[in-house]
Formats: sequence, C-alpha cells, structure tokens
Amino acid sequence: MSEEKKEFWRWKEYNWHDESKDWKGADIITAGADVGSVSSQAVIMVDGELYAYSNMRTGSDSPDSARNAMDWALEDTGLSLDDIHYVVGTGYGRVNVPFANRAITEIACHARGGNYMYGPSVRTILDMGGQDCKAIRCDQRGKVTNFLMNDKCAAGTGRGMEVFADLLSVSIEEVGDMSLEVDEEPPPVSSTCVVFAKSEASSLLRSGWSKKMVLAAYCSAMAHRIMTLLERIDVEKDFAITGGIAKNVGVVTRLEKELGLSSLKSKYDTQIAGALGGALFAKALIEKQRKGS
Amino acid sequence: MKANYGYMDGSGEFFISIDTDLCIECDHHGCVDACPVGLFEIITDDYDDEVAAVKGDHRKKVKYDCGPCKPVTNRPPLPCMVACTPGAISHSW
Amino acid sequence: MITAGIDMGAKLIKVLVLRDGDVLAKTQEMAGFEPKEAAGKAFERALSEAGLSERDIDLVYSTGSGRKLAPFAKDSVTEVSAAARGTLFNNPSVRTVIDIGAEEGRAVKCDDQGRVQDFAVNEKCAAGAGSFTESMSRALEVPLEEFGKLSLKSTKTIPMNAQCAVFAESEVVSLMHAKTPKADIARAVHDAIASRIISMVRRVGINPDIALVGGVSYNVGFVDSLNRGLETQVIIPDGAEFVGALGAALTAKISLEKSA
Repeated sequence: MSEEKKEFWRWKEYNWHDESKDWKGADIITAGADVGSVSSQAVIMVDGELYAYSNMRTGSDSPDSARNAMDWALEDTGLSLDDIHYVVGTGYGRVNVPFANRAITEIACHARGGNYMYGPSVRTILDMGGQDCKAIRCDQRGKVTNFLMNDKCAAGTGRGMEVFADLLSVSIEEVGDMSLEVDEEPPPVSSTCVVFAKSEASSLLRSGWSKKMVLAAYCSAMAHRIMTLLERIDVEKDFAITGGIAKNVGVVTRLEKELGLSSLKSKYDTQIAGALGGALFAKALIEKQRKGS
Repeated sequence: MKANYGYMDGSGEFFISIDTDLCIECDHHGCVDACPVGLFEIITDDYDDEVAAVKGDHRKKVKYDCGPCKPVTNRPPLPCMVACTPGAISHSW
Repeated sequence: MITAGIDMGAKLIKVLVLRDGDVLAKTQEMAGFEPKEAAGKAFERALSEAGLSERDIDLVYSTGSGRKLAPFAKDSVTEVSAAARGTLFNNPSVRTVIDIGAEEGRAVKCDDQGRVQDFAVNEKCAAGAGSFTESMSRALEVPLEEFGKLSLKSTKTIPMNAQCAVFAESEVVSLMHAKTPKADIARAVHDAIASRIISMVRRVGINPDIALVGGVSYNVGFVDSLNRGLETQVIIPDGAEFVGALGAALTAKISLEKSA
C-alpha cells in the first residue's frame, strides 16, 4: 500500500568505505549491524578504526535488512562476512541479525558509538530514530550512567516528523531549513500528540499560516518536548545528537537554544552511531575472548 | 547506572527508574514477585551485571499496568518499592 | 424553570433544553473549525424544537473542552461534574461513570446525589479516547459506523503492540498486509482501547453500577470489549452523548433553585 504512495520522507541511502585503508593483515575486523524499525546501518571497523558503513531503509523483513545492510557496507571492499571476527547486532531488530555473535542494546551501543564519533568529552547523547527517542548519559569511556528511551509515543520520533512532513507535502530533508525561514518565531503547537497536532496544523493552515510557520511551530514543540525528556536525565556537557533528527536543523537549532548548549558535530553520518558502537563492543568482546583462550 | 523504563506522551511522563548500582547489591529480587502485574524481570545487562528491569512488552504500558497500584486517592506504598530493600526502584508519577 | 446546557465537545456540540424534569429539546452540530458558530446553530435549533425563544431560557451553563467559548452560557461546569450529574438523572443507581469523548476519556466516582468523589482523566493522547477508534477505522478502510459491529464477528484474539494511534495505524496496515481478517483486527483495536480505559477506571475504583456515556458508547464493539474486560454489563443511558449537556442544564437548574 505504502509502496504506491509517494514517499515524502526518505533520507538518502548510501554506502561508503575508506579506500585508503587496506584491511588485509589487520588484527581485528569487527562489525555492528543496527536494525531499526525505519532504517538499518552496518559498520565495519578494522583494528578499532572506522572502515566502511551503509545506511538504508529497513525492509519489512528484519533478517534480510541486517544482511542487506551488511552486504552493502562490504561492497567493493573485497571483504566478506567470513573475514569478520565478531559481529554485534543492535537496534529494534537486534534479535533478527542471524549472523551476529551477540546482541547488545541500542542504548549501550549509542553511548559507545557516540564516544567514538564525538570524542571522550561527550556526556549527554540524544538519539531520535524512526520510532523512538533516547536520552543517554555516559562517562568518558562511553559507558552508560543514565538513560531513558521512549518508543511508545510517536511525538518526538522520526515518525512524528514524517506525519507532519507528509501533511504539508514537504520532503523530510527540507523540513528543518524551511522551518527556519520564518520572520518571527511563531508560538509552538499546543499539543505534542501527533494526531491532535495534525488537526491543529490543519486549522492553522486554514487560518492563513504558511507551511513554514506551521513547520516552525511543530519543530518548536518538538524541541520543547525533547527538553523535558533530557531534563529527566540531567544534561551535562558536552552534548551530542545522533540519529535522523540530527539532520533536522530546525529542531537542533531550537533545542540548542533551549538548552543553552551547542551540540558537537561529527564528520560521520549521525545515523551510524548505533552500528558503530556495536562494532566497538564487538572489538572489546573478541579481545576478551582471545585473552581468555 | 540509572535505567529509566517507560515513556512520555501527551498525558504525562511515566518512568520506573532502577538504579542498577544499588540493584546489584540485592540477592532476593523481591520486586519480581511483589508486582501484581509481573512488570519486572531479572536480566544480564550489556555490562554483564544481573539486575532488575521492566519487561520489554510492558515498557510502553507502564501508566496502564501500574494503574491498579495508583488509585487517585489513598494511594498505598507501592509493593515494588516496599520489596526493593536496596531502594533501587522509584516511580516518576 | 427552563434551563439549557451546551456541551462544547472537541468533535460535536450538544445542546439540551430542560424544563423541570423534562427534556424539551436535544440538538447536535459538528464543531468543525468554528465551534462558536456551530454552538449558536445548535442552540437556535434547540430553541425552535422546544418552541421557545432565547428569553424563555432562565439560565444556560456550558461544559466540554471548549466550554469557555460557548455563546449564551452564563457559567460553566467541568465535564467530570456534568457527566456524573447528567448520568444519575435517569440512572440513580450509578456510582461510576465512564465518559469517553473524541479527545478525552474520563472515569468518575460519584455518590447517590451525582456529586463527584474522585475522577481520573486520559487526556492529550489520542490512544486514550475516541480518536483512536476513528483513526483505526480509517486505516482498516471500514466506515466508523460499521467498525464496532465488525469486531463482534471476530473469531480470534490477537494482541496489539502499539500504544499510540500513529504506531497502531502502521500495525493495522501490517496486519492487513499479512491477510489477518479485518474482524480480528477490529476486535484487537477495541480490546486495546478498552484495556486502557479500564486501567483508568480502576484508579477511581470499580463501584457498581457502572455507566458508559459519550459518543463512543454507540460503538457496540467497544461496549463488548469493555464489558468483557470489566466482567460486567455497563449501563448505557438513553441519549448517552447528551449526558454532559444534561448535566450542565441540571447544574444551572440547581443554581437557580439555590438563589430563589
């Protein structure tokens, strides 16, 4: 059904690998596969350094998604799954990564991955995925000290943003920029429930609000909502944002303003944090295994 | 580590928090049997510690599952918190 | 003494005209984008149905989520208090009122006079109110009026994992793709919302007799799920969706009697 419907909400899918690196002769090759309800990523690390990754839409079948993401990350590298010493599966579909040696929660993986991507100074990580939102506190080693995750309510998840983008016929990639093109910041939409916010948005449009104003009001409401969640785990700097929401400059800017903190930026794609953390856990686990034997 | 299980929606914030550093000290895990709905289970977490957690399929329903223990008036002490001798469990509502 | 009650619901405006113990008129109008206008229309129609003019009404009270916007009303009462009072008027044995509207669900514990002793509300979340069933009927591509009846034809109980109207919609679509019978999906939807409502009712205590009022009371599927979950038969007063307006009109009457 949704295949026929034009998808307004597609992040770019792609793969990448480091052509300057030669994995042959590496001591430890590990991988992480993060199967989310909306998108999946696979990350390959060679001796603890990022080597390759992929980012794609999750299909309807989790075991296929994990395999597809992994194959795509491996593409053109000369590596095959058999060369990988240890694989960690994570994400909503982590039990469906048939080739994983162990499953680790996305919370722990995001903290570890965030520590790699943003450096050991990061203490607070916000991750907003397709159908969930996580707030994580970690220490300098990337170990979790406090966390919460919301996957019950669509507001404050990528899905909530998608519904709005769809309502306004705007592609998800444009939402952020468009929301900032307002002369004056409008008041936020009053309801955080996506269903009620949608009705409210329709009324606002009818009363003459532009699409940009409505987007601004919704991004503002979302930023405020995220703030409430973050307050529960006590925000400490440095602060970083991972997941799809990090690409929404409309929410990020407003959130940074409310927090009074800038979020660290990374040269890596923010959506790979979970899989990257998984690959790092994999390295630690295989090292432990080797020491034991 | 403070593990917060639950959610926030338009009607409020509903989290059951388990302080795993305190939870590790407990050997009887009374919370599991004390809860009339059976919300808790003992898991081996990502850092290989044996601790209590709210069961996966209940995390999205804590407000509703905990309803019977939280009447609007004359709320008695929560059975899970009474059973938790290290004082690791707390509720946000 | 003639009083009127205007229930400014999120979806429907209800007006009721009361003379002493008799209901003279009952009208309703979609709130739409101009609820004040809709209320005005409903009020005019109620007057004409009763054969009265505005001067004949001694006092008008309002209730409902939009009660502050109601034209003609001198004062307002909470939905909780209106639900209790309105229900007990024709059903004096009721002690627990479950009032489910489009955007809010309420459970009220009351005494034999219809006075509120305790209440709990499910608000600001579509999964806790009538909007949920509406969204799901659309996802299932079944008209809302048929949706409840369809769930009664179910032969199998299936769980619903999503606790949010938006995620539930995706879940319904997946179930449909997997060729799950629509009747079973419909029942799962009604069981899910009934379960949430019952959990809320438990917080005020389940004291018989229990009444169900509000628009969702017409949904036979929801009523069935509710009865099964509560292990009892709820009382659905005649004109259940007018209970709020009736309660407001009754409160206006009581207020007049006090000052007389």
